[in-house]
Amino acid sequence: MHADLAAIIAPGFFSSSSVQLALVVGALVAIVAGTVGVFTVIRGQSFAGEALGDIGASGGSSAYLVGIAPLWGFVGISVAAAAVMELIGIQRARGRDLATGIVLGAGFGLAALFLYLGSTSSSTTGATVTILFGSIFQLDTSTLPLVAVFGAIALATILVIYRPLLLVSVSPELGAARRLPVRLIGSLYLLAMALAVALSAVTIGAILSTALLVGPAATALQLTRRPGRAILCAALVGIGVMWIGILLAYDSYSWPHHGWPVSFFVVTLVLIAYIASRVIPAPARKRRG
Amino acid sequence: MFSGFMVNAWIVATVVAVVGGAVGFFVVLRGSAFVAHAIPNGSFAGAAAASLIGINTLIGLGVFALGSALGIGLLGRRGRHDVATALTLVFALGLGALFLSFTVEYAPEIYSLLFGEVLGISDNQLGPTIALAAVCLAALALLYRPLLLSSALPDSAHAHGISPYTAELAFLVLVALATTMTVPVVGTALIFSLMIGPPAAARAFTTRPLTAIALSIVIAVGVAWAAVALSYQTNWPVGFYVGVISAGSYAAGRIWTYARSRRPAARGVTQAVSQTA
Repeated sequence: MHADLAAIIAPGFFSSSSVQLALVVGALVAIVAGTVGVFTVIRGQSFAGEALGDIGASGGSSAYLVGIAPLWGFVGISVAAAAVMELIGIQRARGRDLATGIVLGAGFGLAALFLYLGSTSSSTTGATVTILFGSIFQLDTSTLPLVAVFGAIALATILVIYRPLLLVSVSPELGAARRLPVRLIGSLYLLAMALAVALSAVTIGAILSTALLVGPAATALQLTRRPGRAILCAALVGIGVMWIGILLAYDSYSWPHHGWPVSFFVVTLVLIAYIASRVIPAPARKRRG
Repeated sequence: MFSGFMVNAWIVATVVAVVGGAVGFFVVLRGSAFVAHAIPNGSFAGAAAASLIGINTLIGLGVFALGSALGIGLLGRRGRHDVATALTLVFALGLGALFLSFTVEYAPEIYSLLFGEVLGISDNQLGPTIALAAVCLAALALLYRPLLLSSALPDSAHAHGISPYTAELAFLVLVALATTMTVPVVGTALIFSLMIGPPAAARAFTTRPLTAIALSIVIAVGVAWAAVALSYQTNWPVGFYVGVISAGSYAAGRIWTYARSRRPAARGVTQAVSQTA
């Protein structure tokens, strides 16, 4: 029995402090990303989420340049990018992707420059890979309170605008007819999304952060159509893929090529969960309908 | 700046810009900015895989670009297109992260794959790039009419027997082809800027498709040349200049449209005023 368990969970998994920190931060981020992500999927804003993550890379790399915690950089730049997207017209469905793409191009270009300057001004050549692809085992304990605070702000924003946001997301026309401040709600939502993406970026890397935002939420929305349940389900799927990913990455130290990246396991599990949710419940749904 | 190995950089940058500007016209027309971002970025994993097993980078790029295109096409067939695109992209990037962790490649090499490099384009990269570009432009010429019809008037295209799904798949493969050849100079991360900024700017100046494509190519070549020249002078990454100058060309297009939309309106007002007077 004990040997079986040791085969699944490599010895020292629960006693390692960096693993404990990774599990806690990973769970917090998965909850925030899952909750915010349900609306991202309903509103069809995956590209905006992707763009905020990629642009966030320039924040993470400039944080390295000035020597502060990367999370500050991710949060700062993501929020700023969200503001620019809002300004140049992301709220209009027509041309929205184009506006997102243009901001993304300029922002990603800046990321390239900062990463370049960072790697030439200091000898930390690993920064490029760390920022883009994440390294949850190298988190600092001081990151935990920051993650908790930013996560709480994102969740509180969603909680406050929950009902109007839901209405506006499902039917903008109905929202406008009821004289809801559609644009304000959209902007507040974009802010929450920027925070969620920044938090994901710290755990699985800037250019992979959409995986946690969109994947669990899209999976959940395949399983249930009720928004409340979908949020709960997305958070659980998120925590699941995060924890299994961390476990597999920990185990992989004894595999060939030692130490596979957590991010790889997380995105793979996210894709598997999404495909499974599309394939498996189809007959069950048909029977009920 | 124009000697030795830089000649190769100029040739490749020009070829890349021509193809990017032409394919980009359809990217903008179809509103597929996300796809144009996802396929090149996903192909990054292919470059990492190629360096891992020691084959030509172009083969790795081609396989992953086509794989991403088909993944997006299949997953997005029923269901949310943007979710399918996002998940295909992050999965490919995750694989890239895995391959990177396997290689003993130095960070600068990874960096130049992502963000481009003007130096070090060898003579034997030149041939395949030009050949791919020719294939890509030929495919574009062949698909021009059906693709234009299905992009601008999907219903009418359907009536002509062009299935929207087939058109979408053909378009995705076209973007994949264009992507495969772009990496050496511009890098996987920023090539999509070249496929969005210049065509979007071109559409602000003209509504005729062929003129727009021609103008888009001219602007794209201008952006690419400026980026290579500036990168050579400052040593900063090519991708940075491509991203920022492309965004600048789009902004110029927007300002032009804004100025034009004001002029007739102003004339209308003066006419109305003179009539009442």
